[in-house]
Amino acid sequence: MRAKHQRLTLAIIAIVAVVAAGFLALFGLRDNAALFRTPAEISAEPVPAGQAFRLGGMVAQGSIEELPDGVSIRFLVQDAEAQVPVVYAGITPDLFAENSGVVAEGALDANGVFVADHILAKHDENYMPPELADVDLVGDPRQ
Amino acid sequence: MIAEAGLAALWLAAALCGLQLVFGVMALRSDGSGAVSAIRPVAIVQGLLTLFSFAMLVWLFLRTDLSVELVAANSHSAKPWLYKFSGTWGNHEGSMLLWVAILALSGSLVAMFESRLKERTLTATLAAQAAIGIGFYAFLIFASNPFARLSPAAPEGRGLNPLLQDPGLAFHPPTLYVGYVGLSIAFSFAVGALLTRDVGPTFARAMRPWVLASWIFLTIGIAAGSYWAYYELGWGGWWFWDPVENASLMPWLAATALLHSVTVLATRDALRAWTIMLAVVAFSMSMLGTFLVRSGVLTSVHAFAVDPQRGTFILGLLILYIGGALALYAMRVGTVREGSQFEFVSREGALVANNLLLSAILGIVLIGTLYPLGVEAVTGEQLSVGPPYFNATAGPLALLLVAAMAIGPLLRWRRDQWRNVMGRISLPVLVAALALMGLVLLTSPIGILPMLGLILAAGVAAASIAPLWKRNLRRTPMFVYGMVIAHLGIAVSMAGMAFESAFSEEVLVAASPGETHEVGPYAVTFDGTRPVAGANWTAVEGGLTVQRGEGEAFVLTPQSRMFSSPQTETNEAAIRTAWNGQLYTVLGSSDGAGRSQLRLWWKPFVTLIWLGALLIALGGLLSLIGRVRRERRTMEREAWA
Repeated sequence: MRAKHQRLTLAIIAIVAVVAAGFLALFGLRDNAALFRTPAEISAEPVPAGQAFRLGGMVAQGSIEELPDGVSIRFLVQDAEAQVPVVYAGITPDLFAENSGVVAEGALDANGVFVADHILAKHDENYMPPELADVDLVGDPRQ
Repeated sequence: MIAEAGLAALWLAAALCGLQLVFGVMALRSDGSGAVSAIRPVAIVQGLLTLFSFAMLVWLFLRTDLSVELVAANSHSAKPWLYKFSGTWGNHEGSMLLWVAILALSGSLVAMFESRLKERTLTATLAAQAAIGIGFYAFLIFASNPFARLSPAAPEGRGLNPLLQDPGLAFHPPTLYVGYVGLSIAFSFAVGALLTRDVGPTFARAMRPWVLASWIFLTIGIAAGSYWAYYELGWGGWWFWDPVENASLMPWLAATALLHSVTVLATRDALRAWTIMLAVVAFSMSMLGTFLVRSGVLTSVHAFAVDPQRGTFILGLLILYIGGALALYAMRVGTVREGSQFEFVSREGALVANNLLLSAILGIVLIGTLYPLGVEAVTGEQLSVGPPYFNATAGPLALLLVAAMAIGPLLRWRRDQWRNVMGRISLPVLVAALALMGLVLLTSPIGILPMLGLILAAGVAAASIAPLWKRNLRRTPMFVYGMVIAHLGIAVSMAGMAFESAFSEEVLVAASPGETHEVGPYAVTFDGTRPVAGANWTAVEGGLTVQRGEGEAFVLTPQSRMFSSPQTETNEAAIRTAWNGQLYTVLGSSDGAGRSQLRLWWKPFVTLIWLGALLIALGGLLSLIGRVRRERRTMEREAWA
């Protein structure tokens, strides 16, 4: 009887642990899963200022400009339908260039400028930020 | 001819693998002793053939044989030889061949060295290993043949991604693969033991060294991957919760749980069914990792649907093997006899807590990794789950786990008294309290997670050494030292993570030549830039003269490199390691006015993260050696008697 009793208790503890972990995961996901948006989606349905999301698209040709502070840049992220201005302070990742895909994390400010905290680095040639794979990029050199 | 020889060897190995499976089934059905004695040599030759096949591919890469499609697509004649060599597995087909070679070789090793298991269980184990092998041979030969010819031959290769041209990355994947695939042995052992109803301490003692060995490789592989990402990507971080990283972390979590439960099974004959389950889960996580990384599904669910052959193939294998093992488990788990009893306050109890927490963390990482894929598949909505989720959910559980880890080794097997336990943990608690006081008095306020991390690290460091207290140090078995060092490694690693996240300093400037900026204990003077060139790249190199207090000045030269084939730009961070941290410098782009972007980090004690990981692996190695030696002695004694 004792053996059974112990197994039952262990099983209950395990189930409680699993359920608790599941809830923890769900709450975590609800608060922390960032949405991915393309310029076309933003122009169709604006994202409120200050709400964090990931912006993905292509860096428009000729749009990268350096700001006077020397550490910030401003550029346009575009897709087939729309453009969003982005500012970013920091050193851009290795594969950041005009006419190539980019994913930026951050939020829009009151003027509709996307203030990026991070520009995602590419990990290796097979791993691009996942969301970009099927964004309709104008003049994407990969096509 | 080399390519054809490689392919022929691969086909032969696949055929032998089929034979191994047939022999295994025959031996289990009747007692065909002929099949039993034949299965070992078959497994050994199969392993050697895959090794030969892989060696042929390496040779093709070293010679840059451009009549082979894979070489033409992934290599270049002007590349340094080291990267021609590592280019062999820097691509899908080559890495899958390496995977299969390691799988077959580990089967050979079992066939050669395993002498603890009953003959029948060993046969079943080798049959299970062959069953895994056959699917992956089929995948390799039909969906990713590395030896396919290109006609006409290419005039020049397309090169290897410059980010992969790094000594760290040259040896990181093989290390990780040995760990991944080594877990296949634990899986096969579990299947074998279920088939022959032979789950018990002997089985656990036979399985333990294999689990330990793959766990050591996984640990080193993950640490190396983390350090590579840290210095090569130039972003200054050491863990990104990237799905590719998670793919290697998940098997590690499962293997860590397995390592502890198999010890309970080996020493106390408890947790039988659970250990078998973990062995199945651990290898499932390896295969899931392979699927995630190799199927294209991470790029996008759509990319998976566009080129479905490979992805579907691995997914099919995944479902077949995991499903098959789980079905077998469900059918046979009732026949696994119950093991011994234990009280909750006991070493076993602490190890159960360890297992539950590790499983919970594993579940959380798994959900976070798969959730975006699931959401995209169902709704088409794309979202990303990143560090905020993982830190908020896995972080607290990891701290709990570490607390359990500190107490566990201080408990007695089977039953213990809370009152006595309190006495034993009082010293670690005191150390943690002192650390808390020190933090509050001496430093500026820091975040709650780093704070808890530092306090726990201090407590755990004390607790992990405590098992050596009052022992005869020269007669203490080596595996006890292994445990002590591995647990100490956790404390060291955790201290590094907490220090780095609490006290890092970052400076981002557009520096003109001659300017000096301060970061941490350093004064960094920018001397300007100059062009430099390497074998297959050109670069802009920044000169930084760095002074620490009154110490001697030294020069750091971060670069921004341009590779010609394929055309890519990479950052080469320049890092100076001191005893108490690292100065990490990255050069960005220059503007017309002669200013260059500089990013400077002072990362106190960041190296402890990887030093701790090495200690963990070293602890594993000592345990492995200690266990194997003790096993051999026991067996010799039995042979005498």
